[in-house]
Amino acid sequence: MLPELKVVALVSIGQHIKSGRFQRADQDARAVELGLKLRGVDLTVLHAGSADEPVLRRYLGAGLKAITVLEQPAKADIVGPMCEYLNEQGAQIILAGTKAECGEASGMIPYLVGERLGWPVVSRVADILSVANGEAEILQALPRGQRRLLKVRLPFVASVDNAADAPRQSAFGPGQRGHIHRVQAAVVADELSASWTQVPAKKRPKRLAVVKAKSAADRFKAATAKSQGAGGVVLQAEAPREQAQAIVDLLLEEGLIQ
Amino acid sequence: MLTLLENLLPILLFGMVAIALVGAVRRINLWRVGQAHPVNIIAGLMSIPRRYLVDLHHVVARDKYISNTHVATAGGFVASLVLVLLVHGLGLDSAVFGWILLFTLLCMFVGALFIYTRRNPPPSRLSKGPWMRLPKSLLMFATSFFIVTLPVAGLVSSTFGSWVLGLILLVGIIWGLGEMLFGMTWGGPMKHAFAGALHLAFHRRPERFGGGRSTALLPIDLDSNSDADAHFGVGKTSDFKWNQLLGFDACVQCGRCEAVCPAFAAGQPLNPKKLIQDMVVGMAGGSDAKYAGSPYPGRDVGQAKGGANNIITEGLLDADTLWSCTTCRACVEECPMMIEHVDAIVDMRRFQTLERGLTPNKGAETLDNLIATDNPNGMDPASRTHWAADQNLPLMKDVQEAEVLFWVSDGAFDMRSQRILRAFVKLLKAANVNFAILGDEECDSGDVARRLGDEATFQSLAKRNIAVLEQYSFKRIVTTDPHAFHCLKNEYSDFGGHYDVQHHTTFINGLVATGQLKLSAFKGGKVTYHDPCYLGRYNGEYDSPRELLAVLGIELIEMERSGFRSRCCGGGGGAPITDVPGERRIADMRMEDIRGTGADVVAVGCQQCTAMLEGVVEPGPEVQDIAEIVAQSLLGEAH
Repeated sequence: MLPELKVVALVSIGQHIKSGRFQRADQDARAVELGLKLRGVDLTVLHAGSADEPVLRRYLGAGLKAITVLEQPAKADIVGPMCEYLNEQGAQIILAGTKAECGEASGMIPYLVGERLGWPVVSRVADILSVANGEAEILQALPRGQRRLLKVRLPFVASVDNAADAPRQSAFGPGQRGHIHRVQAAVVADELSASWTQVPAKKRPKRLAVVKAKSAADRFKAATAKSQGAGGVVLQAEAPREQAQAIVDLLLEEGLIQ
Repeated sequence: MLTLLENLLPILLFGMVAIALVGAVRRINLWRVGQAHPVNIIAGLMSIPRRYLVDLHHVVARDKYISNTHVATAGGFVASLVLVLLVHGLGLDSAVFGWILLFTLLCMFVGALFIYTRRNPPPSRLSKGPWMRLPKSLLMFATSFFIVTLPVAGLVSSTFGSWVLGLILLVGIIWGLGEMLFGMTWGGPMKHAFAGALHLAFHRRPERFGGGRSTALLPIDLDSNSDADAHFGVGKTSDFKWNQLLGFDACVQCGRCEAVCPAFAAGQPLNPKKLIQDMVVGMAGGSDAKYAGSPYPGRDVGQAKGGANNIITEGLLDADTLWSCTTCRACVEECPMMIEHVDAIVDMRRFQTLERGLTPNKGAETLDNLIATDNPNGMDPASRTHWAADQNLPLMKDVQEAEVLFWVSDGAFDMRSQRILRAFVKLLKAANVNFAILGDEECDSGDVARRLGDEATFQSLAKRNIAVLEQYSFKRIVTTDPHAFHCLKNEYSDFGGHYDVQHHTTFINGLVATGQLKLSAFKGGKVTYHDPCYLGRYNGEYDSPRELLAVLGIELIEMERSGFRSRCCGGGGGAPITDVPGERRIADMRMEDIRGTGADVVAVGCQQCTAMLEGVVEPGPEVQDIAEIVAQSLLGEAH
């Protein structure tokens, strides 16, 4: 545990896939678990939305002393006020889930916050192994159980993957007794999303898989494979200038910069 | 020399009484570290003789040997003590009293001889240590007072005997009095008499006396949460109610609970007797080094340390011990002191779950599912009636009223249980019963949540179920699930739900009795019946299933452990979810009992029992719910 480190876990309201009932968002709860590992029960847990949402008590049930709620109405753009608050608090590590379970929750938040604060964003974190001398050793989750060790300078934003430790059980007693700090914040209307219409997602029809595998190992591979990016070039021996030029060329080619 | 003894005796007697009184006050103060629980002191004390002579003796008398022995010894001792105080303490010089005293001492002596014989050698369930000394102390008390009473009865002169005899008698009297009076309140084996009598007086479930039954878990107030020190459940020994602590002290270490505990037999780390003794250690402080009975299987004695304000699972016992219990209530049923083991275990589980979030194995997942989907396996709550897609069952929502509300329970999601449900529906239709189901409005009864210590989720489920039931009118609820049956019948009343609930075996039995169902004889071979704990011990329904099987022309082959002594299938109390490892599986042991009868079919009345018993490796007898057996024998049906 690192008592001097300022870690903030961002939590949203999740939704159960079968019943549609609101619940702890699983990946957000994993972010809290990772934060608890780094920082203990003094971890700052931040939610932007309504402080009266009962699900917040489920997060408190992990034994947290308090949850901070930036009071925001539904449909507000929370990124600005949230970044302002995070800056004020001197956050060094910001943890969030990777996917939203409902509404505009975790999904884009780490990227928008990272962009606004100008911090690096590390996606799909499985674990943070150590933080020392202003640098964190991070295990990033890759498809099929692979891991990549990254060294990232503080401060940074990390989105937490399903591969991270499962959240501890939420206990009713601490959940009831934990405090909910209400923080008033500016409200920015989200003009973009105001024009959206939302419809329930439909499952796309699935193409029947033709099993070509010859062995059990192949079948296992086929069943567990996630799509991996094809192509790409590994540039290791080249001079930094050439490497940078290759990146710029690619970005131009993909139309990401002009 | 007896004359000199006669002068010493009053001092000895009243000295010992005084020491015993000091010990009693000290012991009472130990109980008072527990939480307040109002009792009526006068009425409680007045009720002791009846509760002892009728209710307690009823349990003890299941073992005739010890009940007769105990009547002789305890009766002899109490009468002797009163007379000894009169004759030797106050110097009442009456030959008649002397004769009576000689007789009561003789009673006590004979009783003590039988106790001595039983412990030679002691069965494994009995505690050794000081308990091996007790019969000798009883004999010593009876013998030495017998001899000093001989002159009072005029049988020998008061100058009888030499100073050597006097000295020997003095030692005997001090030994006897020490065990019986000093030991009674200072923690010796005789403590069971003192604490036991008061435990009967101030029992937390007075409904159990006078032939009543009280098996519903007691609710906790979830709103009492104001101060920072507040917590739910029992974390420290001092969190128990004071009369629960008193109950622990009443334990006589007879080990009847140990002998019937399925978890103990399976080699899981639970022994109800040791658990109660550990609670005493927790209350009085110190360690369990002096405990002289069987340990928790796989755990050594002597490691446990306790204090009234220490967290129980940090040093006194492992949480595994608490999670091994199937809440089958066999220990409570057998306990001659009427101690409530299951209450204590659930109280401690509540702390583990509600405060620590440490429900082991699949516990947390199950509870999360119950919160999110109202069923333990996280199935879509909108798919609750899929099992009956082809049954055309009326929904309460549509019909608003029905004679019978069929409580389907979570068996709706399990394919094996669905066969039981279908069989029961077939019977309902054959008998033209006016019934309806709740469909998707039904939630889990909360049984598993409550037994896993999650009182919050239980209360939430119970209150929502009650709110749904309130909207409709029906005469009675019938269910095929004894766990839901118990919750609806006994545990919902604390939250305002009062219903006439019947188990399906009782209900079908009624249909047969009124001629609404016509049955042919059963042709499936030899049958035995497994009593579900939550139907039998929890609700006293032993007869209906048996009557129903008898109507089918079945001559039951009873297992040795049946009726109120039925052995649990291992499926209760969330035990399959917390799944504490042992040396054997409880379901395997139960299947051995069943195989021992040579039956081809085991009739059950519970989907959980069905699942547990069918989980045993084949070959074995077929497991069939009584609804299935009856449905097969329905007249006018083509099979």
